[in-house]
Formats: sequence, structure tokens, C-alpha cells
Amino acid sequence: MSIDYSKEFEMIAEVYKKTGGDEKALFDKKHGALIINENKVLGKNEIKGMRIEHQSLKNGVKVKIFVEEGIKIENPVHLCFGMLPKEGRQEIYSEFIIGKNAGVEFTAHCIFSNAKHIEHIMDSEVVIGENAEMSYTETHYHSESGGTFVYPKLRGEIKKGGRFFEEFKLTEGRAGTLNIDYEIDQDERSSCELLTKIYGKKDDRIEVRESLNLNGVYAAGTAKSRIVLTDNAFGNVLGEIKGNAAYTRGHVDCHEIVHGDGAKAVSTPKISVENSFARVTHEAAIGRISKKELETLMARGLREEEAVDFIVRGLLR
Amino acid sequence: MLELRDVHYGTGDKEILKGIDLVIGESRIQSIIGVNGTGKTTLAAIIMGLNGYRPHRGRIFFKGRDITDLSITERAKLGITLAWQIPASFEGITVKEYLSIKKNFTAPEKALKLVGLNPNLYLNRVVDENLSGGERKRIELASVFSVKPKLVILDEPDSGIDMASITAIKKVIKNFKKMGTSVLLITHSERMAKVGDTVSLLCDGKIVKEGNVKEVTEFFRKYCRECDHIGEIEEEILK
Ligand SMILES: Nc1ncnc2c1ncn2[C@@H]1O[C@H](COP(=O)(O)OP(=O)(O)O)[C@@H](O)[C@H]1O
Ligand SMILES: [Mg+2]
Repeated sequence: MSIDYSKEFEMIAEVYKKTGGDEKALFDKKHGALIINENKVLGKNEIKGMRIEHQSLKNGVKVKIFVEEGIKIENPVHLCFGMLPKEGRQEIYSEFIIGKNAGVEFTAHCIFSNAKHIEHIMDSEVVIGENAEMSYTETHYHSESGGTFVYPKLRGEIKKGGRFFEEFKLTEGRAGTLNIDYEIDQDERSSCELLTKIYGKKDDRIEVRESLNLNGVYAAGTAKSRIVLTDNAFGNVLGEIKGNAAYTRGHVDCHEIVHGDGAKAVSTPKISVENSFARVTHEAAIGRISKKELETLMARGLREEEAVDFIVRGLLR
Repeated sequence: MLELRDVHYGTGDKEILKGIDLVIGESRIQSIIGVNGTGKTTLAAIIMGLNGYRPHRGRIFFKGRDITDLSITERAKLGITLAWQIPASFEGITVKEYLSIKKNFTAPEKALKLVGLNPNLYLNRVVDENLSGGERKRIELASVFSVKPKLVILDEPDSGIDMASITAIKKVIKNFKKMGTSVLLITHSERMAKVGDTVSLLCDGKIVKEGNVKEVTEFFRKYCRECDHIGEIEEEILK
């Protein structure tokens, strides 16, 4: 059976648009882009200073993205990883190599909106060069079936003075089974911000590990998560920061809301310092939506469920 | 417009409100003054119908209708709202969104202008701890404007803010009245209470004196500010 790629590309672009993506950016020449469905690269656009290598595997794609030294990429680079079929497995092995003094922003969309039983493995390595800057926002669109099994794993290294901002967002559709595992090593004067936002429903199971190793002097990092769990959903967040060098600053900020009698949340901040000039802090809050917030909105005329939606929308934005 | 008849409320074996009778007319500012712990915030919660705050005895009427058993939302829909002493914070919600909770009422821009805040500077701010106490209190008042209530309960609108904001807030309270909203102004400050058309003095869960602003506030200054009369006030001092 042969598949028409252009048709697939259109379908992805269609979903991409529906889910709030700028679908024109997938076609124009100003934006770097890479569009993958199953194990096929449907489209790719390299721009000046950025190179994309890829290789199809049996169940996925191997990708390497290089940004050259000193190059500041002006427009966001669009990445789209989709699985249009209802069933299957997709493995993405990616490497991001960001050269010294370079700067780049990635906008990734992961689309599993037809999923009945989809496994998605995302294994990434990120190397951010000296004084380089990378931003990576990943937004997921899942089906309502709960049959998504998603395992994003990231290992990163931020060199001296480098900066990394990473955001993972899954608020549309069911989280299903989700296991996030991020660990970053930071050299001196580097900074890193990890942010995870997830809405769990029904019997979704969510595991998050955000881990930062502040290895160089003055390295700074935050591991922040906002998880809302309704029905019987379960969430387990581990925010881990090690202050291994002098003047490092770290902060774990975890907020999980349980709404519904069957929902369960666990949060474990794990912080340590190996240098007396390091400072690592944490705040974790688990619980129902604040009574005062709810009652304030109800006093303005919202019904309780409308008030809950309003609060959750802000928290997961 | 609002009437409380013999409202009692307590927790455990402690009685906090001990038979409150109170009437507020249309387009009126009614101050409630009392020192800390006399039951002012509890009274606000009882009128708004917050969870856990149902009178153990007595009834509450609004526009002739018995609202004692109505939910917060139902009361709000009839036109009652409350501004808390310390307003809640809302992560990720902009001022503009916060002031657009209900459509078709006062526009966010106008609501901000009514409380003396420049819309250009505030509409896109987030309603969380990045706002100062004074800013947050004013935005709360703007939020009240945005739903155009018939009655607003203001719990200590002057607490936790600077003097300049207090002057502004007094003006805002008068604006409510001009726009046809009655105000139940809860305060422990004599100066703030004077904004009212009439004042009621709350002591130990009871209204012990009410009426003329000058009379009641003077009485408050003389006997209540450094109060050691709880329980004996009625017998010894009131005549
Ligand atoms: N939830 C509660 N449980 C027990 N006691 C309470 C509760 N809320 C208020 N109180 C008590 O009731 C009294 C009145 O409190 P409050 O209404 O907050 O007074 P005010 O606002 O005038 O300072 C105080 O003695 C306070 O300690
Ligand atoms: Mg109070």
C-alpha cells in the first residue's frame, strides 16, 4: 500500500492549524521547519545557519539539528511530530547542537489526536554552547481515548554562560500514560528554566522528573511544574536540583491541584548542596483549588465548575 | 434592599454573631465599625453565603426575597458581591480576563478608570503577587464594578494600603453609590467609617449602636478603640 506524502502533509498541517499552530510557517521559507509523521519526514526547511540531518528508522526517525556558531535565528523553528494513525509506535532520537554564541527558538507540536494506542518515545540530547541560547516549547495534542503512551526523555548540557528555556505543555486531550524524564548538567554562569504543565483526567498516569545539576559557579536553574488532576488521575512529580558549586542558585516550584475525589498527587522536591555558597530552595503545594479563589469568582456570578475552569486555565497557561 | 433579622452564627460552642438586625437601603453606604475580632468578617461571609457560613438562627432577605438558603452564585446573580480584605491571587490570569469574568457588564478599561488605574499599564498584568497590595485592592474594586452589583460588601477596603490609595478608595466607594450600588463598608477605622451615610457599631457579635455617623464614630473613639468593655458594654455604657 503506498501513501501519498503530500496528502499526509496536508493532514498534519490541518491538525497543526486546528491546535493553534501557525500552519503557514510550515510552508514558508522564513521559518526553519521539520515535519514528521510516523517514521517519515514529510517536510523540512533549513535556513541559513541551521542544518537538519535525518534518517528514517523502522519505527521512527533520527534527527540532528545544528545551529552554527554565532548565528541568531530570527524566527521560531517549527517542529512537528505526528502520528496520524490510531495505533503504532514512534521513536524519535534527536540531537540539538547549538554552537557558541548562537540563539534559537524551537516550537514543537506533538500530535496524536487520533490515538487509540500510540506509543511515542522521544529521546533527546541537547548541547548548548558557550553563551548560546535555546528555547524549546513543546505542546502536545492527544486524543480523548487515553491510549497515548508518551515517554519524553531529555539529557542536556549547558556550557559556560549558556541559557536554556524549556516548556512542556499537555492540556488538550488525555495525558494517558506520560513519563517525563529531564536531566540537565549546567556549567558555570549558565541558566536553565524547566516548566511543565499538564492536565490529567480520568485514569491518566503522569510521572515527571525534572533534574538539574548546577556544576559550575554561578549556575542558576528552576524546575517548575503545574499539574491539574481530575477524576482518578495520578500525578507524581520529582523536582531535583543539586547545587554542586559555589554561588549556584536553584529553585524547585511544584504546584499540583487535585480536583475530584479519586485524583491523587505526589510531589517530591529533592534538593542538595555540596558547596556552602550554593543555595537551593523549593516550594511545593498539593491540594484542592483554594476556597478563596473559588468563592471570589462565585461572588462575581460564576458557577463552581466555571470558576474551577477559569482557575485551571490560568494555572496551565 | 438587604435585611438581616436576628442572625446568629457560631462555630463549635462559640457564638460569633449574637442576633444581628441590619437594614441597608438602595444606593446607600452603610458602615459597620468594630475592633478586631468582633465578627465583621464573619458577618460579610454570612451575607455572601460562603461555604460553612449559614445562620444558625435568623433570616436574610434581599429585595424582599429570603436568600438565607441560596448559594454564593445565586446571591451574586441577584446582585450581591463581596471584596475580601486580602484579595485572592490568580496565577496566569490577566487583569483584563479577571475583569471580563461576566460579559456585557462594565468594560475592563472603564472599570480600571473608575478605580484610578491606567488601563494601558494594567490590563495585561497578571493578578498574582507581582501586584502591590494597593494595586490588588483597587483591581478588586474594579472587578466589583465590572459586574455592576446592587450591593457590595467591602471588608476593610483600606487595610494594607498606602495613604494615597486610601483617598482614592474613598472616592471609589462614593462612585459605587453614584452608580446605584449600595455599599456595606466594613472597617475598624473611624475615618473610613465616616464615608458611610450611616454607621453601625459592632461589638462582640452584636450591633450595639447605629445611626448618625458623627455620634457613632465618636462613641467608637471614646469607648471601643481601646476596648476592655466586651460583655459589659450594653449595661454600663449604652444609654
Ligand atoms: N472559622 C472560625 N473558627 C473559629 N473561630 C472563628 C472562625 N472565624 C472567626 N472566628 C472567631 O470569631 C471572631 C470574629 O472573627 P472575625 O469575623 O474575623 O472578626 P473581625 O473581622 O471583626 O476581626 C474572632 O474571635 C475569631 O477568632
Ligand atoms: Mg475581619
